[in-house]
Parts: sequence; C-alpha cells; structure tokens
Amino acid sequence: MKHIISMLMENESGALSRVAGLFSARGYNIHALTVAPTEDDSLSRLTLVTSGTSAQIEQVVKHLNRLVDVVKVLDLTEGEHIERELMLIKLSATGDMREEYKRLADIFRGDIVDVTSTTYTIQMVGKSQKLDAFIDTIDPVLILETVRSGTVGVMRGEKSLHV
Amino acid sequence: MEMTGAQILVHYLEDEGVEHIWGYPGGAVLPIYDALDTDADKLNHILVRHEQAAVHAADGYARSTGKPGVVLVTSGPGATNAVTGIATAYMDSIPMVCITGQVPTAMIGLDAFQEIDTVGITRPIVKHNFLVKDVNDLADTLKKAFYLATTGRPGPVVVDIPKDIQTAKSSYVYPQEVDMRSYLPVTKGHSGQIKKAVEMMLSAKRPILYSGGGSVLGDASAELTKLTHKLGFPIVQTLMGLGAFPASDKQSLGMLGMHGTYEANLSMHHSDLIIAIGARFDDRVTGNLEKFCPDAKIIHVDIDPASISKNVIVDIPIVGPVKQVLTEMNAILDETTLKSDKEALADWWSQIEEWRATNCLRYDTIGSKIKPQAAVESVWRATNGDAYVSSDVGQHQMYAAQYYPFDKPRRWINSGGLGTMGFGLPAAMGVQMAHPEATSICITGEGSIQMNIQELSTCLQYGLPVKIICLNNGFLGMVRQWQEFFYERRYSMSYMDSLPDFVKLAESYGHVGVRIEDPKTLDAQLEEVFSDKYKDRLVFVDILTDQQENVYPMIPAGAGLNEMILV
Repeated sequence: MKHIISMLMENESGALSRVAGLFSARGYNIHALTVAPTEDDSLSRLTLVTSGTSAQIEQVVKHLNRLVDVVKVLDLTEGEHIERELMLIKLSATGDMREEYKRLADIFRGDIVDVTSTTYTIQMVGKSQKLDAFIDTIDPVLILETVRSGTVGVMRGEKSLHV
Repeated sequence: MEMTGAQILVHYLEDEGVEHIWGYPGGAVLPIYDALDTDADKLNHILVRHEQAAVHAADGYARSTGKPGVVLVTSGPGATNAVTGIATAYMDSIPMVCITGQVPTAMIGLDAFQEIDTVGITRPIVKHNFLVKDVNDLADTLKKAFYLATTGRPGPVVVDIPKDIQTAKSSYVYPQEVDMRSYLPVTKGHSGQIKKAVEMMLSAKRPILYSGGGSVLGDASAELTKLTHKLGFPIVQTLMGLGAFPASDKQSLGMLGMHGTYEANLSMHHSDLIIAIGARFDDRVTGNLEKFCPDAKIIHVDIDPASISKNVIVDIPIVGPVKQVLTEMNAILDETTLKSDKEALADWWSQIEEWRATNCLRYDTIGSKIKPQAAVESVWRATNGDAYVSSDVGQHQMYAAQYYPFDKPRRWINSGGLGTMGFGLPAAMGVQMAHPEATSICITGEGSIQMNIQELSTCLQYGLPVKIICLNNGFLGMVRQWQEFFYERRYSMSYMDSLPDFVKLAESYGHVGVRIEDPKTLDAQLEEVFSDKYKDRLVFVDILTDQQENVYPMIPAGAGLNEMILV
C-alpha cells in the first residue's frame, strides 16, 4: 500500500541526502519526493511517497525518526488527510485536438497556461490518481513532456505537523 | 578567550575530560597538531601507524571503559583509511568522536589535493556527522558530537573541520548546555509495559533471558544479574553481550547463535517466552527466521525503537535504557505477590540440564598438534580468567568466545557486527592504554594479525605490553571451514603461504617472540608469557595449531536454532 510520509527537518545542507541515503541503504523505495522551506527559516518540509507492508512502513518511520536532522515525522495515510500534486503537461495540439484538449482540461479542472500554434501546456492540481487519469486519456505519442511536483499533503482538521 | 579553531578543539577536548586521542598527522590537520604541541596540557596523543588502527584503538578504549573514544586524522586518505574503523564502531554502537581535517572551505568541491567528501562517505556509517563551516560554531558542534556519541544508542560521530576553520579565530567558552530539538533520546521505559512484561515473565513455563551488547553498553550488568537471580530463569548471551552476566554462574547457558552452545540454542528454540535485553535478533543469532522459536512470545527491551520488531515481531516492546528498565523490573519483583510457576520451571531446568549434558564444547585432545580450543583454555588458566581479551575475526574469535568464559562486562572486545579483521591488535592497544596495570590480550590468527601488524611499532613507542596470542594454523580458518562444509573442500585462496617468522618479526620490532608447537609445553610456556618476567613487554606468541580443526557446534546458514551440527 502507498503511504505519504511527511516530515519537518533541519534546513541544513545534507539533510535531504540523509533521508535519501536511508531509503537506498535499507532498500526502501521512493515513488516521489518533494522538499521546500517552510514559514520557519530553520525548517524544511519533506514529503515522500513510498509503499510497503505496515510493518515495513513502521520501520521506515522509526528509522526516519532516528535521523538527527529529522525533527518530526508523520504518516499522513494513517488518518484523514488532504493530498495534492501539481502537474505541467505539454501536448502536441493541432487541428481538432485543440478543442478536445480544452474540453478535457475543463473536465479535469486544469488550466491551459501556455499556448503555441502547435502545443498546449496544461497545469493541473489534484490527487496523484487524478493526474494519472488525465494522462491516460491522452494518446501517448501526443505527450511532449510531463513534469510532476510529487505529492504534498496535510492532515484534515486541527491536527498538524509542527515543532 | 580569543583563540584559533585548532586551539579551541584542543581546549574543548581537555574540558570534555578526554584523556587520550589516537591519530595521524597530515596536511589538513597541521594547525591542530601544532595546537596539540603548544596548548595541550593533560591530553595525550598517541601516534599510530595507520589511521584504521587509530579508530580501532579508540574503539577498544571506549569498549573497555564506556567513555567515548577520540580520533584525529587528516583529510582524503586519512579519512578514507578511518572508514573501516568508523563502520566497525557503528555496527557495534560504540561511542566515538572522529575529528577529520578537510581542505580549506574555499577549495571544497574543486578536487583539491587530499580532498574527499568525508561527510558524504561516512554518512551511512555514523550516528551523525558535521562539516564545520564557521569557527564560531566549532565548540557547540563538538559539544553536540560528544552528546550524540554517548547518549541514547551510542555510536560514532564525525566532525569534519576545514583547515581555514582551524586557523580562524573566535572566542572560546566551554558550552555547558546542548540543545537539539530533533534529538531526544528516551530516558525511561514505559511503566505500564514494564509491569505487563513482569506479569508475562511470571506466568511463563519455559522462559529464557536473552541478553546482548546493550546490557554491556548500558552498564546494566548488576541489574541484569539481580533480575536473573530473582527470576531463576536460564540466560543466554550474544557474542556482543558476553560478560554482562557471569559465565561461571549456573543460570548461564553460554553464548547463543551460529556457534553458540547446544543448550543455549535449544532452550531458545523450545522456550515459550523470550526476554530480549539490549539484543537485536541478528541473523547470526536467529538462524532462519521462519524457523525461529515457534512457540515463544517476545518481550524486547532496547534503547533504539528501530531495533524493535525489525527482524522478529515483538509482543511487548519496551523502549528505554536497559539499566533503568531492569531496575524497575527488579523493584516490581520485590513487591509483587505474583509467583512464578515453580513446578514448570523445575521441569524446564531438568530439560535444559539434559541438553547441557551433551557437553557440546568438548573436543578431541589426541594428537601431536595443539588444539586451538586448548590454547584458549590454557590462556584462560594462565590469566585466571581475568584479562581483557580483544579479538580479531575468524575461527579464533569463536574459540575465544567459547573457551574464555567472561565473568565481567567490558572484558571481551570484538568486532561482532562488521566482523573486521585487523581489529584485534589496535583494540588491545586502546584497552592497555585505558588499563595500564591490567592484562590486555589480543587473540588473533595469522591472517587477521597481518591486517594491522604495523601497530607493533606503536606498542613499542608507548610501551604497551599487549600479549598477542596468534592461533596460527596456516589457513584463513573460518573461510576454510565454510569451503570444507559448503564448497566441496575446494580451498580457494584460504591458505596462508609465505608467512613471516612471527618470532623474528616481533623481535625486529623490539618485542619478545615466543613460538609454541608442542601440546605438552603449552601450559608452561603460556604461564611464562603471563608471568612477571614479561609484565612490561609485548609478547607475540605464535602458537602452531591443528589445521583441520573446525568451530563447533554450528548452525549452517538457513537452518533453525534446533538444527545444529554438534561435531
């Protein structure tokens, strides 16, 4: 099962490689990873998507907690949460497809953010599965480029990840 | 007080109470070596002959005292040579601070002479590491390094200091406090869990205590002994834990695992409750996990939550310092009205005594060659079983663990996790430095000893009267044993050809060399080696042993604890 693990870590050089190194050294996989500073300059927030049995995930979380640069860890998938991913997808858009893509983008609540005579670039936000579903509707040969941010998320309600 | 980074380091180490620092100079640590010359007062630097040995020596010091070992090496090859030593300490959770020099900050990333990404290379084998980028952070960073190395589950910490930071100036005050929001080691086990565990212990019919290196590292020997006596349960110990509970006590079933005793492994296998204390269910202990202790419930006490339910699923986990948890267990046992099942326990013991009666450590003494087991037993007698024994890795390591029973903790110094050949001699130096009056032995083989033999020179320089017991069978014995069992006796590259004359080698280094070839003179010769005559001399004892001897009992890889080969 997929798990979204979110953590606060010291905003120091090397912190990211400690997390990545832990995953490669112990044979855990990372489907997606995203990291950026928070409102507190001294902290950055890292979110990663991994998969495994509940015992494996428990072990992953324990090892993450053991890293000295990691301040707090939360498995978002354990409770009610909101997850989002951003995608920019560049499509070869000519002839009838121009109208079709616009309709599809509307259905998926995407925005066309760049247009040329032969291409559209669509921006879309949602759960990863929604982005997957959008990609599935497009003929692969017409996809020029896809870039995805990786999943970020927060717990629903008052529960939050903070120091 | 205003001083350079190098001076800050030296003053800090003195203020931290560090007695010895093992190291080797080089370009990127010259300012530190200069400060050692000008500023060091009590701090004693020991010059080794190879950086790996510096780390093992600091490691031996740490294991035998409980204090952190401290190392100083230069950048590039100095740091990479130290890597094996750091990894050895990491695998066995040994408190250590390793200071490495680095090229000046302006040159980092430019492939400068003797530049290597030390922080990157050591990241997977340290508890934590630091690259100091500002001299104003140096003292605080050192404080954090010592705090991290010695608290919680101990481990090595590397502090990489660029050369310009060593010469830059800052004011120095010894930091009294350390503040790390992301590192909060557990100081107390959960009382509810401890209570539940004690209840489970008292209701068990075939219980067994399984104690590991954590009992030694956590200085919990007295509490463990008290608990074991109160409960009246059998106790087995891991390779890393030997000595935490006295081997001569009747309740001790010896070591468990791949080369453990028959009674230890069968008692584990047939138990209905395992109480794991500071042990981590290593593969050399459990054998095949699918066949591991089918009927047992498990209580696991460990300071590191990540050790719990890593290899086997645990019924009652208790995260906390072993000493504190055992103290609380003893207090509960003093007050509880619950009683253990005396009848079931008596049945259990009579079964265990049957297993013990197989006398699995017996060996054939007939023949003209010295048996390695006999050599270790003779060493035990000659030292009254009270020496500090450092070991290298291989058959001799197992013989030492089996035939030199330890009654005290911190006496048995070996690389259990990483299994580093070349560990023994430098570790024995570190032990000798910590305990100048004690007998410090290195039990080794002709393979392992050659991996750090250059340290004979260090021993001469500092007058370290280590006794080297080399069980010389002309083979990489453990490799040969596996080739005999599992590779149809194809002894590929396990024969040691062109060996030096170790007696002459020792003599050329200015030490005493002794060769023992005859089983009849073994005891007398060893007695002389450990007599007052050689009290202040390093003696290299080259004992020619039976080439065919194997380590038994043995659990072959993939087998369960109940599937031992006895002879």
